[in-house]
Amino acid sequence: MRFLKKAWEWFDARTDASKVVGPLMRHPVPPGGRYSGWMYIFGSATLFAFLIQVFTGIALATAYVSSAGQAFESLQWITNEAFLGRVLRGMHYFGASAMVLLVGIHMIRTFLTGSYKFPRELNWVVGVLLLGLTVLMGFTGQLLRWDQNGVWSTIVAAEQAGRVPIVGPWLARFIMGGQTVGGATLSRFFAYHVFFIPAIIFAMVGLHLVLVLRHGISEKPSASRPVDSKTYRAWYEDMLKREGVPFWPDAAWRDVVFGFLVVASVIFLAWRVGPPALTTPPDPTIIQAYPRPDWYLLWYFAVLAQMPPTAENFVIIGAPLLAGVCLLILPLIFSTGQRAPSRRPWAVASIALIVVMVGTLWIQGERSPWSPDFDPRPLPASVVQAATPEIAGGARFFETKGCQYCHAISGSGGQRGPDLTTVGDRLSPQLITLRILNGGHNMPPFASTLKPDEVTALVAFLQSRKTPP
Amino acid sequence: MADSQQDCQGRRRFLARLSVALGSLATALIALPVIGFLLAPLFESIARKWRPVGALQDFENGQTVAVKFEDASPVPWAGVTGQTAAWLRREPNGEFVAFAINCTHLGCPVRWVEAAELFMCPCHGGVYNRDGTVAAGPPPRPLVRYPVRVSDGQVEILAGPTPIT
Repeated sequence: MRFLKKAWEWFDARTDASKVVGPLMRHPVPPGGRYSGWMYIFGSATLFAFLIQVFTGIALATAYVSSAGQAFESLQWITNEAFLGRVLRGMHYFGASAMVLLVGIHMIRTFLTGSYKFPRELNWVVGVLLLGLTVLMGFTGQLLRWDQNGVWSTIVAAEQAGRVPIVGPWLARFIMGGQTVGGATLSRFFAYHVFFIPAIIFAMVGLHLVLVLRHGISEKPSASRPVDSKTYRAWYEDMLKREGVPFWPDAAWRDVVFGFLVVASVIFLAWRVGPPALTTPPDPTIIQAYPRPDWYLLWYFAVLAQMPPTAENFVIIGAPLLAGVCLLILPLIFSTGQRAPSRRPWAVASIALIVVMVGTLWIQGERSPWSPDFDPRPLPASVVQAATPEIAGGARFFETKGCQYCHAISGSGGQRGPDLTTVGDRLSPQLITLRILNGGHNMPPFASTLKPDEVTALVAFLQSRKTPP
Repeated sequence: MADSQQDCQGRRRFLARLSVALGSLATALIALPVIGFLLAPLFESIARKWRPVGALQDFENGQTVAVKFEDASPVPWAGVTGQTAAWLRREPNGEFVAFAINCTHLGCPVRWVEAAELFMCPCHGGVYNRDGTVAAGPPPRPLVRYPVRVSDGQVEILAGPTPIT
């Protein structure tokens, strides 16, 4: 112990580390109330999650092979054979999930308490850029799994970039690293995920922290004290002199406690739940693929499925651009005035609206009712209840001719089209025939693929689908 | 004394400008090859190559089957990702039509549902008729077609870039 103390004193005498770091750690911050002190923990927790990503990412990179031909096999080895490999991959996945979740909560808190206002406008702008970089890290990380989902997600991303006017095809080629998704694609995504984006994140986090130190942590908002750019700095300095407490340990202990809970939760989930399963190998010739984004982009997946075709390009290109611009200019437009949520009903309402919208879309993305069910459960005899051979034949055609991919009967089948459990109650045989032959309402016509006797049997079967007496 | 101070300031101004100019030049000299290397794929000419997909007698009239073939521009380390696929349909009159497997909505792989004679996309529910025209869902245009030829008894597809629609 004495040796360590002497070693530290020797080191400190030559570096002045304690003189540099000490004042930073003990800089005065507004006093945190019993409850309000906990509203500041989400920024530091995001940083803890980022550090989990850095350390687990470095460890994973020692075994991951960033070659399109071997990446999948190397990940399988890491997951199934390497010592603690499964836990490490799980930590990287749940660390990413925590980072996305926490950066979102941190932004909502900052917005609701008006902490983006003078003089902290640039902090908000840097935070918005960090949010974008976090999402980019999540997306590129998902592709590095380099299973079938990763390969097809790259194509989906390239297709979306291809919608950008004029430069779209170039952007798509840049994303693929060439004219097709192949060897060059993965190497590039590896470089983006491991070098480019983290380097920018490090720089941005550094700037974010410098600005926090420069302008101080925002105090608890008060309805009686709107922000005035002429007087705020002097008032804030005065308040710190009167009531300020040292950041370490008076405020930092909450960050450490919550940060510890985040780290412990990530490790627990990695151990109990494990990393996302690797799907089939990244062979583009395996057509039975169903690419879906990780949970944090599932809401956007739902947007892409449900928007009207005429609005598609605007939603794909314009909406993210518009959202980004709105977030970036927000503190420039509303830089002063009220910070208290109780006096900013529109701010509270807009957050509630966004949370409800994203939540609803997220549930829809999870259910994906627009996707055909390519592997539906066969209709049990108790459901078919074939009173005639024709009805039995119709049930068979319903299963084999692809009707069941989109229509469910008594819970068996897709949700893309209307549920036909009681279709006999609402449509006459003539209308059912018309709908089968001509299609309509987003259903393809089957006039050229079904024989007359098949149509007759199908109509008889569907007509028999009625509410039990 | 004043002259000396003026000389000194002039020298400092010159040295500052020299340092900024040389620093900028050095940065540009490093950045140019890096940016050029990263952007090179954007300026490569489009690669198109005829790839064999099977013998003529392997394909029955009226059938639509998935065929695999080598990508038009594979890199040596591509592994399985150097392969690609298409839906090849032999019409009742013996002619061939090849469709890209990518949905024109957002590029997901469409599946051929033989019984319904439809191509269906698992992602967002796009549906195409057997001739590749849009039957339902969000796709804005028909499935992309590849040129097909028969050469020395082999059916060949003109492989090209991933279709970005």
